[in-house]
Amino acid sequence: MTEKKIRVLIAKPGLDGHDRGAKVVARALRDDGMEVIYTGLRQTPEMISEAALQEDVDVIGLSILSGAHNALVPQVIRKVRENGQTDVIIFVGGIIPEADIQGLLDKGVFRIYGPGTDTHLVSKEIREAVKAVSQVD
Amino acid sequence: MALINDLRKGSRFALSRVLSQVENNTPAGLQALDELFPFTGKAHKIGITGPPGSGKSTLVNALTKQLRLHDREPRVAVIAVDPTSPFSGGAILGDRVRMLELQNDRGIFIRSMASRGALGGLSSQTEALSQVFDAAGFDFVLIETVGAGQSEVDIVNLAHTTIVVDVPGLGDDIQSIKAGILEIADILVVNKADRPGADQSRRYLKAMIEMGFRPLASSAGKHRMAPALQKDETETIGEQEALWLPPVLKTIASQFEGIEQLVTEILNHQHFHKSTGRWKQKETWTLREIVRKRIAGTLERDFFQQLPAEVFEAQMEALIARKVSPTTAVKNLLTYNQKSSKPQLSE
Repeated sequence: MTEKKIRVLIAKPGLDGHDRGAKVVARALRDDGMEVIYTGLRQTPEMISEAALQEDVDVIGLSILSGAHNALVPQVIRKVRENGQTDVIIFVGGIIPEADIQGLLDKGVFRIYGPGTDTHLVSKEIREAVKAVSQVD
Repeated sequence: MALINDLRKGSRFALSRVLSQVENNTPAGLQALDELFPFTGKAHKIGITGPPGSGKSTLVNALTKQLRLHDREPRVAVIAVDPTSPFSGGAILGDRVRMLELQNDRGIFIRSMASRGALGGLSSQTEALSQVFDAAGFDFVLIETVGAGQSEVDIVNLAHTTIVVDVPGLGDDIQSIKAGILEIADILVVNKADRPGADQSRRYLKAMIEMGFRPLASSAGKHRMAPALQKDETETIGEQEALWLPPVLKTIASQFEGIEQLVTEILNHQHFHKSTGRWKQKETWTLREIVRKRIAGTLERDFFQQLPAEVFEAQMEALIARKVSPTTAVKNLLTYNQKSSKPQLSE
């Protein structure tokens, strides 16, 4: 019997071209036993929500360094919810100014992980959050 | 089941959920497969295999786009399998990176899956997932295997048409006559054909194929058919000519070169399969394999459910101490289960 694996989509919305952080997080989650779908650079919110739908992921990680987070993140959240994926946990990594953090959390972002975050913390918190959601089911 | 109804009506959300249930082998997933089974058997399943980095994902991307250009606008599903780490059990599924162009077309559905410990180039649930897509009305199901070496040949049990992707410079003519992956090809593709050595690779592969078909080489070419679409669907081929000589094509998938011809050959192969009765043969074989695997799985599960853990552990200790051989241990365990009360067969 195959066990239930946590599936995570790691995506980079917007136009900045640096995906090192996204890859580090993808690798860390893989090493923690998750299945990580990596979609690469320059994704639109439509592309991300479509990939999340087709892959039936539990978690979406968005890496943004461009400063366009206040525009892009809420769009992704809205489209994912519109697709019926109401349980999907969405976290953000990258450069997010202190002043914008609360706003994004209020819009439904689970956590924001800035530079220097211990990747073990990321995988631990994700694991707990997925567990909490699936228990509600 | 509401989810199944939604899936049949075209809900992508329902399809995606059912795919997960089936992949995870949950009771709901098994039930879904049961309910969907009557609707299967229509899709043309195409396997794409080859070494890591040969351009399988890029080829799938190009191929899917080309298939969609057809007048009938066939719906295309893609199952992309990537390896699971043997250490962490996790996986990076990166095939979508090469298929971003396909993301906005609602006639296409791409699902990545991890091999989850299976070694034949697929996951144990890949076949089941292809059934779900089949029942959901997809005309083509493209199955991209894990980057394959020489013996990951499970795809041949599943696909109607197997495409083996090679690249220039991977080896000499000895590599190409080894058993295994090249043998399973219905169509061979030398991708990245703009690289040096493409023509040489193509020659090696052609030579290998012709070697296998030597008795018929004189008539080779005779059976090759015009594109299926220009043909009368009911036209049949005589027994004597029922031979498929795998074509060897050159492509540059990233630039969309040679893809039209590849689609033509796929449709040729489909027509060949249908008109020679091999389509049905393949179905029979695939279904037989499914049942055999199910039986093995069910018996194993029932066996361990019935066997008390301490009895198993006792035999293991005796085994480690070299007091019994593995064969004797198996015999003892089987006898133990037979002696204890007759089990009820679970469904």
